[in-house]
Amino acid sequence: MKYLKQFGIILLVTCIGEIIRYFVPLPIPGSIYGLTLMFGLLCAHVIRVEDVKEAAVFLIEIMPVMFIPAAVGLIESWGELQPILIQTVIILVLTTVIVMAVTGKTAMIMIEKEKKNHE
Amino acid sequence: MNSIIAASTTAGVVLSLLAYWIGTLLRKKTGWSFMNPLLISILLVIVFLLVFRVSYADYQASARYLSWFLTPATVSLAIPLYLQLERLKKNIKAILLSIFAGSLASMVSVLALSVLFGFTHSQYVTFLPKSITTAIGMGVSEELGGFPAITAVVIVVTGIFGNIIGETVCKALNVTDPVAVGLAFGTSAHAIGTAKAMELGETEGAMSSLAIVTAGIITVLLVNVFAMLY
Repeated sequence: MKYLKQFGIILLVTCIGEIIRYFVPLPIPGSIYGLTLMFGLLCAHVIRVEDVKEAAVFLIEIMPVMFIPAAVGLIESWGELQPILIQTVIILVLTTVIVMAVTGKTAMIMIEKEKKNHE
Repeated sequence: MNSIIAASTTAGVVLSLLAYWIGTLLRKKTGWSFMNPLLISILLVIVFLLVFRVSYADYQASARYLSWFLTPATVSLAIPLYLQLERLKKNIKAILLSIFAGSLASMVSVLALSVLFGFTHSQYVTFLPKSITTAIGMGVSEELGGFPAITAVVIVVTGIFGNIIGETVCKALNVTDPVAVGLAFGTSAHAIGTAKAMELGETEGAMSSLAIVTAGIITVLLVNVFAMLY
């Protein structure tokens, strides 16, 4: 029963998120509303972490396999990808390095600044 | 073979799980980081479908039950985020600003390269959410009129690439603080980068998983503006 209850709560919040998505005319997936709502309910102590933890940890753990079906859909969209394959690789490599550098450097500067302020 | 797969309500799921299992075995045996179980399983399933002439629709008929879990799993990301609440509050400024800068850098560089390559709008929005977690990224791509399947593959490969080069990039740029390293991994390479961050240390891992969710939300908020730019 414990896992069923946990999964039930997660599904309920997910469902509310999808209903919000239905009414709000923004291109934001329902899962994001659900995530935000769940975080808010946890902070407000409406839902206790113990009421959802194990089921949530399990779902997050098995998350990678959930991406397989969509990615295999590449078979269907190969026609669209093939002509831009080289560009795709360039975007992939460049942006990943750029994002890593910008995020890491910004965080380093901020943290060192705060450390100095404390001293 | 096609009719066997089509007649079964579980064949697609079993095939996917089997392929993933083989992927984890290969990873364990070789220890190479590019032997990513997810990447291996995607390739294996594709090869299987092509060799046995199974249509994607017939595979998807049962495999879609796996994808069904993606929405509740994304909602579940709120739980680790909540568990990191204290750490989050303590470093809130550095965390938000660096993830914001990283997410912005991601979209600006995709925009610049798309203009350079003369991409169509659909191609451009396919790449826009490339740095964030697949669950959110695919949803964004779909909502904006991109090709979600390409987005999914680009996101996965981005994660694997970030996982492999992360340590080198951080060292080269003198990013040494565990919090900063974790944020860099999570913002650029989402869950797959986080797996590496977890190996580096507890703080790195926690910060990286925090960055997955935060970068996802920031990107969702900014992406609509960027979609209008090109």
